[in-house]
Amino acid sequence: MIEIEGVTKIFGVGAEAFTALDDVSVTIDANEFFTLLGPSGCGKTTLLRVIAGFIDPTRGRVTLDGNNLLNQPPYARPVNTVFQSYALFPHMTVAQNIAFGLEMLGKPGSEVTSTVDEMLALVRMTEMADRKTSQISGGQQQRVALARALAPRPKVLLLDEPLSALDFKLRKDMQLELKRLQSETGITFIFVTHDQDEALTMSNRIAVMNEGRIRQIGGPRDIYDHPAERFVADFIGDTNFLDVELLKVEGEQAHIRLPSGSEVVARAAQGGGRTGGEVTVAIRPEHARMDEAEGALFQGALSNVVYVGTDTHYHIDLDSGGQFIVRQQNQPDQRHERQVGERVGVNFGAGIGQILKD
Amino acid sequence: MSKGGFDVRRQTGFTTVAVFCFVVLYLPIILLVLYSFNAGESIAIWEGFSWRWYVSAWENERVQAATVRSVVVALSASLIATSSAVLAALATTRTRPWRGQTLAFALINQPLMVPEIVTAVALLIFFALVKVWTGYTGLAYLIIAHSAFCLPFAYMPIRARLQGMDLSLEQAGADLYGTPFKVFRRITLPQLWPGILAGAMLAFVISLDDVVITEFVKSAGQDTLPTYMLGQLRRVITPEINAISSALLAISVMLVIGFFFLSRTPK
Repeated sequence: MIEIEGVTKIFGVGAEAFTALDDVSVTIDANEFFTLLGPSGCGKTTLLRVIAGFIDPTRGRVTLDGNNLLNQPPYARPVNTVFQSYALFPHMTVAQNIAFGLEMLGKPGSEVTSTVDEMLALVRMTEMADRKTSQISGGQQQRVALARALAPRPKVLLLDEPLSALDFKLRKDMQLELKRLQSETGITFIFVTHDQDEALTMSNRIAVMNEGRIRQIGGPRDIYDHPAERFVADFIGDTNFLDVELLKVEGEQAHIRLPSGSEVVARAAQGGGRTGGEVTVAIRPEHARMDEAEGALFQGALSNVVYVGTDTHYHIDLDSGGQFIVRQQNQPDQRHERQVGERVGVNFGAGIGQILKD
Repeated sequence: MSKGGFDVRRQTGFTTVAVFCFVVLYLPIILLVLYSFNAGESIAIWEGFSWRWYVSAWENERVQAATVRSVVVALSASLIATSSAVLAALATTRTRPWRGQTLAFALINQPLMVPEIVTAVALLIFFALVKVWTGYTGLAYLIIAHSAFCLPFAYMPIRARLQGMDLSLEQAGADLYGTPFKVFRRITLPQLWPGILAGAMLAFVISLDDVVITEFVKSAGQDTLPTYMLGQLRRVITPEINAISSALLAISVMLVIGFFFLSRTPK
């Protein structure tokens, strides 16, 4: 278990000071696939480097199973990193790269050999053992980097955007591969990415970061279905934002009035929030339905129909102002096609809208 | 470059100036090498091809002694200069910026900036004092002096190589339980070798070539090859000087070619 408490990192001094991490606290369980998700410059890589020991935080505590990590140099921490650039040693073969950590730990030769063989098999690179790292492809380099970091059996594996250099297809394969490796080895993975798909696909829990702070922590479904604030809703997936009036809050249920005058039940903001007045509600495009204008929650005119293969996106100019997007899955026998300019209505069920904190 | 743009090759007289420069640079050297094969006693009148001056230089005991001394001094000096340069380069690239770093950089490169004759006179006076003190008159003075002025030449390629190296490799080494010393030995050093060899070669050539400081610092009977040649010029010049020069030139060119291949970043 990794406990991060109040970690702050300020680079530079005076007017040039830049707060990369602002009072970050999070507890990561053993055997967890934990993802730090956020745009570039949000501090996710800085946090990873603090855990690895390449950056000393300005303030805060980091402990691993109760032991303070911060007073140990990188080489004494039972934590290994998969670098974004892979950082494979160019003067060594694939097998020598994987053996490096074990040799540094002073493991006996027979154990080094057997572990290296095991790791090569785990990442399916046995045939490449004697190649130089410059003689293998990007995807293979990435698997070697992974095997090298896993070989010494660290308590925690840190992965710094390891898939960003791979092409789409390979990335999809590696996502499943990583998930498999994590469950097979039982090692805690802390994964840094700016790619929401990666985060949603692989993680047990996700911490969404922005401007040096953690904005929300939760499971992929929590984060996607129930974003706490506007940044999270906006950063992950597509979202419609509606300004509505909050009538009353009963536990998780929030009664709201839409600009069209219709009243509906939405989900109350995470951890409290306002109990009345103007609030913003977030609705995922695929969670809403497009219906006939008559009797719908609110109405508008269809301004654009975008066909994207699996889905069709309907852009609707609302009567109350602003735009709303509805996403509907395409069916093979779909005959009726909506025309631009047609009047349509939008409906969504009780508890679908999520009230945001801000 | 666009059609109307400035192109130095299209400027009037460019070819003339270029050809002139190359002639001035290389014609004397070509003539020097050519006359080293002269069969006659003159360095100006061609009397046919012969190896006699190479044989004569090879058999000349004073040339032999000076050559051995030159090589001993150059080898020792390049070894000392290169080892110091490695440490200096590590300290100026692999540490957090420290107070006085710029000063250290300037001090390392001092021999490139201070006029050589000044260094020579200073060393002459300083070593004279030390000689009186210790009574020692061996080669060490020359080796120390050469090590000092070879240092920046060894330092430059090593530092360039270190700066060009991916820092994340060393971080990966540390991440995989390598202590700083082990990371240096297993990760940094193997990749630094080309830079170190290049630096050592450059230092060797610079030392082999030196006249001014050697002339001032050497004790009696400590001629190196260049100072021996300088001494010979005061007497009758024979093509033997050409032969020695040509041999030196050949060695230097080979080392420079070696330097070129080693300092290329491997792809």
